[in-house]
Amino acid sequence: MAILVFIEARDGAIRRVSLEVLGAARSVAAGLGGAPVVAVLPGHQVREVAALGPAGADRVLVYDAPHFRGYTPDGYAAAVAEAAGKVAATAVLFPASAMGKDLAPRVAARLGAGLATDCTGLRAEGGELIATRPVYAGKVFAEVAWDRPPQVASLRPKIFEPLPPDAGRSAAVETLPAPVSEADLKVRAVETVAAAQGQVDLTEAEIIVSGGRGMKGPEGYGILEQLAGALGGVVGASRAAVDAGWRPHADQVGQTGKTVSPKLYVACGISGAIQHLAGMSGSRCIVAINKDGDAPIFKVSDYGVVGDLFEVVPALTEQLRKLDGR
Amino acid sequence: MKIVVCVKQVPDSETRVRVGADGRRVDLAGVSMVVNPYDEFALEAALQLKEAAGAGEVVVLTLGTAAAAATMRTALAMGADRGVLLKADPSEADGRAVSEALAAQLKTLAPDLVLFGKQAIDDDGAQVGPRVAELLGLPCVTVVTGLTVTDGRVRAEREVEGGLEVCACSLPAVITTQKGLNDPRYPSLKGIMAAKKKEILEVETALPAPGLAVRKVSPPPARKPGRIVGTGREAVPELVRVLREEARVI
Repeated sequence: MAILVFIEARDGAIRRVSLEVLGAARSVAAGLGGAPVVAVLPGHQVREVAALGPAGADRVLVYDAPHFRGYTPDGYAAAVAEAAGKVAATAVLFPASAMGKDLAPRVAARLGAGLATDCTGLRAEGGELIATRPVYAGKVFAEVAWDRPPQVASLRPKIFEPLPPDAGRSAAVETLPAPVSEADLKVRAVETVAAAQGQVDLTEAEIIVSGGRGMKGPEGYGILEQLAGALGGVVGASRAAVDAGWRPHADQVGQTGKTVSPKLYVACGISGAIQHLAGMSGSRCIVAINKDGDAPIFKVSDYGVVGDLFEVVPALTEQLRKLDGR
Repeated sequence: MKIVVCVKQVPDSETRVRVGADGRRVDLAGVSMVVNPYDEFALEAALQLKEAAGAGEVVVLTLGTAAAAATMRTALAMGADRGVLLKADPSEADGRAVSEALAAQLKTLAPDLVLFGKQAIDDDGAQVGPRVAELLGLPCVTVVTGLTVTDGRVRAEREVEGGLEVCACSLPAVITTQKGLNDPRYPSLKGIMAAKKKEILEVETALPAPGLAVRKVSPPPARKPGRIVGTGREAVPELVRVLREEARVI
């Protein structure tokens, strides 16, 4: 019996979201009868695999093949499902990243298992897992349990903490051949196109500066880009702004966009429609800047400024730059 | 080309969701139900592919109670040709049960292309599409924002962190759609009238056992009340101070 953790690598580097899942796996291991934590890593020539031991893994299974260099859904699903059988996994955990969200349902289907996606809580009770997951984009939270093992779950990025690396721990690393040949892959990646800004994705951002209808047009976002730059964050948008064509759909925060949980969310000119609040109310600290003091956004905000965002935002950017000595 | 679009009926995104009396489900009494917004992108993609080919059939497949027929009519009014309703009470179903039921029906329908929204906005499961693909042994690309089908080959763009992945596979295939793929059409008056005459085949369906059981639902953790730090640009120094000293987020 073991807890299997899918380790996500891109461009030969292990991504931080995987370490968050390793941390979560460690935290429930004792409650699952002291099950060992096994990391499964499909990829090719991934660097720093030995770091998975200090990050919480007891054992590492590397499926190494040239055709595993980039993500291949069928190939990775076959590898993770094979590993789950090999270690008699009682739980299989994924990060709910773009890759993990794509992969987890395929593995769960192969294992005939229930799957709890995008979980924000995970605990062991009576030797079994209980997961908490937001539904209706976070308007309510559901607590779910599985009918039988393996218990498959994906965990929302930025909710679980990686363990501080423990140099005293190490993991045995085994390298295995890919269970699927390149010729058998049903879906092939043709190319990867980096986003124009090459920026951090909203779902993984520490700081988000978001603008809504109050931005009045696409050109208004210039001051938000500057504020985001001063804070080291990225820019998001409300549905109104995306539907108006001011911002790309990938920037949309809300029930029909992305659900985010940064440490700081600055909502500018966003009134706070319920479907927007659903997507961002998991943020640690929320600041609202809006000229309407009665806007619903202030009800979920930790700090509010009532005023014209075209005055307040540039003043805020200037103050932050001054403090940074830039 | 035969295209099946799997459509779920969900509460409108403006709905205030309340915890039901049993504490295990949400109370949907009096809530207005709509076609899942992500499924509209799937429907639009199917209709465009059929129109471009000048031939083919678009079938709407829904699992739900008899009430789900109402949103199927919306899909038919947009231009789908016919509907199949797998009649079952889905209130205790999960992604595993639903995907098994849909996959069984899809084997009978034998489409060239199956389209889903990337997730339903009620349970946010985001798993039925790829699970169905696995059960049917079909290639699958998820969260698609660009799609072309030429000579039995699919080229799909999908959103990943910080960019796009372009994937290729052959038909038959399963695709899940994301906002940005297209602008779904509104049903025309003519379409609405025509939809009334289109066939919805009802199939009594026994749902398989779910893999997940909901033990309870609860409101989101309460946020502690915030405060207005000031008005206009004069509030900026105080805002920066509280963000640094109280919240410690900058």
